Amino acid sequence: MIDTSRALLLIAVMSAVTMLLRFLPFVLFSKSTPKPILYLGEVLPYSIMAMLVVYCLRNTSVLETPHGLPEAVSVAVVILLHKWKHSTLLSILGGTLCYMLFVQVIL
Amino acid sequence: MNKKTVKYALLASLPVMAGYIVLGIGFGILLYDKGYSFWWAILMSVVIYAGSMQYVGVGLLSGGASLISTAIMTLMVNARHLFYGISMVEKYRDTGTAKPYLIYALTDETYSLVCDPQLPDGVDRKKYYILVSLMDQSYWVFGSFLGGFLGSALKFNSQGIDFAMTALFVVIFVEQWEKASHHIPAVLGLALSLICLLIFGPDRFLIPAMLCIPAGLFLLKGKIVEEKNCEGGTKE
Repeated sequence: MIDTSRALLLIAVMSAVTMLLRFLPFVLFSKSTPKPILYLGEVLPYSIMAMLVVYCLRNTSVLETPHGLPEAVSVAVVILLHKWKHSTLLSILGGTLCYMLFVQVIL
Repeated sequence: MNKKTVKYALLASLPVMAGYIVLGIGFGILLYDKGYSFWWAILMSVVIYAGSMQYVGVGLLSGGASLISTAIMTLMVNARHLFYGISMVEKYRDTGTAKPYLIYALTDETYSLVCDPQLPDGVDRKKYYILVSLMDQSYWVFGSFLGGFLGSALKFNSQGIDFAMTALFVVIFVEQWEKASHHIPAVLGLALSLICLLIFGPDRFLIPAMLCIPAGLFLLKGKIVEEKNCEGGTKE
């Protein structure tokens, strides 16, 4: 364990950089939002959500067993449940249980 | 504060509650195992408040990383937050005194709930932003406290439960897909992220993906606007 003041300093650095990233766009565009940014603001959410899904699944190994099967099946369960009932909670619960079943029991 | 807004925000944040409490507990336990009490967990969840970064932070703390490498690591892991800011600049413009808090609390999960909400009539948009942000953070802080407080006494077989976050993003992706009048941004985001993942690997794909996506969106701007106009009905 490192000493307390050093730990506090590291936490302060993590906090400062995180907040810099969160506040920067708002500071830069505080007066008015330039047109390209308006356009990005409109279309980015769709791209980002796809990027986040990939980010969550980034460590899935397709080449080694089980070849990403738990992830693929569970994502499919989420999509199908959602298409069927449109209940966010049900879709998330169903998909997560399916995934846990896979990694704890089946494999 | 009207009841309908509170109820709606609470319902919207339920999936995040499940994910954040579990992931928060995991973080608290991890930190406890490295010799840091629950006060440290609470401190980090308040001043950093970024899920995956805090997990990385446990490693940095226990390994005694340098200030520079901590700063660079944080920059890499959290660079995606720039995107959230860019797409919320307009929506948060009129939020008044709550604005600094809203920006501070803009995590992946909170962003996913505020980026494109189709709020029913009678739900106050600004209050919805504030409530969802506050609720999400209280789940996260509570979870990390619990993990640090109970320490290793709280070991149930939670393997795989972190899939809840993936599932949340998949659900939002599906919802956006159904509402959107243009599908190019979603497909582009998916394709470019996958390509970058294949080329750069899981630890390094995010930054290249973040550079490619806006570039692709600008390149295809004509097509995206055209697709949108063809289908006619946007909700804006």
